[in-house]
Amino acid sequence: MKDWINRSVVVTHDIGLHARPSVKFTKLAKGFSCSIEVADALVGPWSNAKSIVKVMGIKAGQGATLYLRAKGPDAQAAITALSGFVASEFDEDRTDVASG
Amino acid sequence: MNKKVGIVIVSHSLDIAKGTADMVRNMVGSGIPLAYCGGNSDGGLGTSVEKIQSAINEAWSDRGVAILVDLGGAETNSEMAVEMLPENRRSKVVVCNAPIVEGAVMAATEAWGGASLEEVKRTAEELSPQ
Repeated sequence: MKDWINRSVVVTHDIGLHARPSVKFTKLAKGFSCSIEVADALVGPWSNAKSIVKVMGIKAGQGATLYLRAKGPDAQAAITALSGFVASEFDEDRTDVASG
Repeated sequence: MNKKVGIVIVSHSLDIAKGTADMVRNMVGSGIPLAYCGGNSDGGLGTSVEKIQSAINEAWSDRGVAILVDLGGAETNSEMAVEMLPENRRSKVVVCNAPIVEGAVMAATEAWGGASLEEVKRTAEELSPQ
């Protein structure tokens, strides 16, 4: 059994992980086959990053740290994509994150 | 054949239905079948079985259609519209017990990801008070 790949990323966007980025984040996560979980604390609780209800429930504000972990064949790519998405302030000027 | 579950938004107000649909299109994108209706046959506040049926047909997918409603009559008229569908379509349409705006966005996101009708409904209803 492989271990989780972990990464943390700080939410720099001034409104935080609000509704629209939550949808984009979930859509991006759904594009990977690995298990992906997200939390607002290293000790958890960990939530399924592919669940829009869970992601929207995190309500991470500006300055909050998001913890990501993934396990599976494309885990590294998923972690890179999702942490990059958060770090880039949710690619707000782009309409389709999946293609980027 | 469309491979994604369709979403129908039914409100007493055409403005609310359209606004909710706009939010879904803006946030989730154009990758899913989506239709909305609102107002009674005179254009006033209310819902109409005929309009709901047209919306179901517009958003039709062989994977099924999930309906999001606002208050009382929107739910009963939606159920009536479902009952009046041809028998082979009836079992593929569900009315979600969820807040209309939040439910529509959640359901659409789940549908976009290729989820089944049951999963789409369950995701929308995760938001409902327990």
